[in-house]
Amino acid sequence: MRRAALALLFVLLLGPAARAEKLIVSVSNHRVTVTPNYSGEELVLFGSVEKDATTPADRKAYDLVVTVMGPRADMVTRRKERTFGIWINTDYRQFLQVPSYLALFANRPFEAITSPEIARRQQIGLNNVLLTQRVSGDFADVVPNDAFRSAFIRLRTQRGLYREDGSAVTFLTPTLFRTGIPLPAEVPIGTYDVEIKLFANGAFIGKTETAFEIVKVGFEQFVATTARQNGLIYGLATAAMALMTGWMASIVFRKD
Amino acid sequence: MQLYLPIADLPVNVFLVLAMGAAVGFVSGMFGIGGGFLMTPLLIFIGITPAVAVASVASHIAASSFSGALSYWRRRAIDPSLASVLLCGGVTGTALGVWTFTQLRALGQLDLMIALSYVVLLTTVGSLMFSEGLRALMRTRRGAVPPRRTHNWIHGLPLKMRFKRSKIYLSVIPVVVVGIVIGFIGAIMGIGGGFILVPIMIYLLRVPTSTVIGTSMVLTLVTMLFATMLHAVTNHLVDAVLALILMVGGVTGAQFGARAGQKIRGEQLRLLLGLLILSVGIRFAIELVIQPSDLFTIRELGVSG
Repeated sequence: MRRAALALLFVLLLGPAARAEKLIVSVSNHRVTVTPNYSGEELVLFGSVEKDATTPADRKAYDLVVTVMGPRADMVTRRKERTFGIWINTDYRQFLQVPSYLALFANRPFEAITSPEIARRQQIGLNNVLLTQRVSGDFADVVPNDAFRSAFIRLRTQRGLYREDGSAVTFLTPTLFRTGIPLPAEVPIGTYDVEIKLFANGAFIGKTETAFEIVKVGFEQFVATTARQNGLIYGLATAAMALMTGWMASIVFRKD
Repeated sequence: MQLYLPIADLPVNVFLVLAMGAAVGFVSGMFGIGGGFLMTPLLIFIGITPAVAVASVASHIAASSFSGALSYWRRRAIDPSLASVLLCGGVTGTALGVWTFTQLRALGQLDLMIALSYVVLLTTVGSLMFSEGLRALMRTRRGAVPPRRTHNWIHGLPLKMRFKRSKIYLSVIPVVVVGIVIGFIGAIMGIGGGFILVPIMIYLLRVPTSTVIGTSMVLTLVTMLFATMLHAVTNHLVDAVLALILMVGGVTGAQFGARAGQKIRGEQLRLLLGLLILSVGIRFAIELVIQPSDLFTIRELGVSG
């Protein structure tokens, strides 16, 4: 009984504080279209932290962590080992439903924003994001310095698909912020979820979400859908195109 | 100029791909081969996934071999009856190859199998062709008469058939077997197989050089059209945009290659081709033997949602 009363008191005290700030965000473009001349793009996310009457007066500086996650997919990381003098894939780990694109941005280094414990719980930083692996029938994430996990993150980072930047978010005023979301040329098509988490004095005080999508349009869309849905017709068309090109060439280059 | 490929899902420089198509086309026109064994590795090198590369190259080879076959047809350098017997085997072989491909993929280690078969096949064919070309060149230097072509055990097989245009009298058994082997290898490795077929036809079947290239092109054309269809229907991996750029570059390059090839003597041509095949084979071998710069690789198993 006493414990319940204490808990109620706790909620009453913390409750309004947790809802004291409101995050308002928007992405510069909610629908990125991939056209024939698409070669990467940068979106801009901007927003503001709205205070209200219940906001404690001493709360002046805020910290923000923006997480962008692309469509999820299963991926396999393989490791080569030398066997009989040649390098072959021997061991592998399967990553289940991991984001194909993952970006973490903050206004200052992740470790300066909050405690390691909260960072782990809120998945702040590439080392703390949950990447589920299938480990001998079990599903779990492993320690950040696991060879397969770090190789996976390193390879994705090299391709510009995974990134973290502790200085990408800039506060224009103490409450107005913006950040760029760079999208590489070989960007995965699909829906992207954006999560914005607000911290103050090391404590997590709220979050909001938004999303944008990357779509193929026009000719690209047409070709991709036809290839997927009407494989036979697509194949016949490609074969006919090959024959046409070959025939045209032999006409054009005929020597007489 | 950048262009976004709809199936490969990445932008490429059109002129780079055109130039690659033209360069490979030049080589293929010069030696009368499809050039798949050069094109596929090149595409993988610029970042296209091996599966899409293999599937799209098939249609590119079909285009260049069709334009080649047409001009050989006009010069009456194709043996229709020989080509149709070869095709019986070729189609069977391709179907068998695609089936084996699926089985191998289920077992894993398909990439290793492909790399190993590239190494074995290319180094063997390359060094055989190179040493033969070298010997032929030495002989002509010395002014010696080439050794008389003798009949081998193949010519003792039953079910003989007369191939009029090639002026040979040959059993259909080895011809069908060769067709099956080429179709099988082509489906697994994503190559047309012309560079193996031509030597086999010359040295084993004793097909005269006048009809050998044209006839092998017919086989390449049909097996590659068949492969394009299979890839499009089963895996949806044929990138028509990529294929079209490659085709345009390829057929143009092939015409110039064919003209250049006519200026070079036969044995020198074989020497060069042997050297080229050998070097591609060695490159694959080196890749297997030396320690890769990165021991880890990632493969996506399909995006959902």
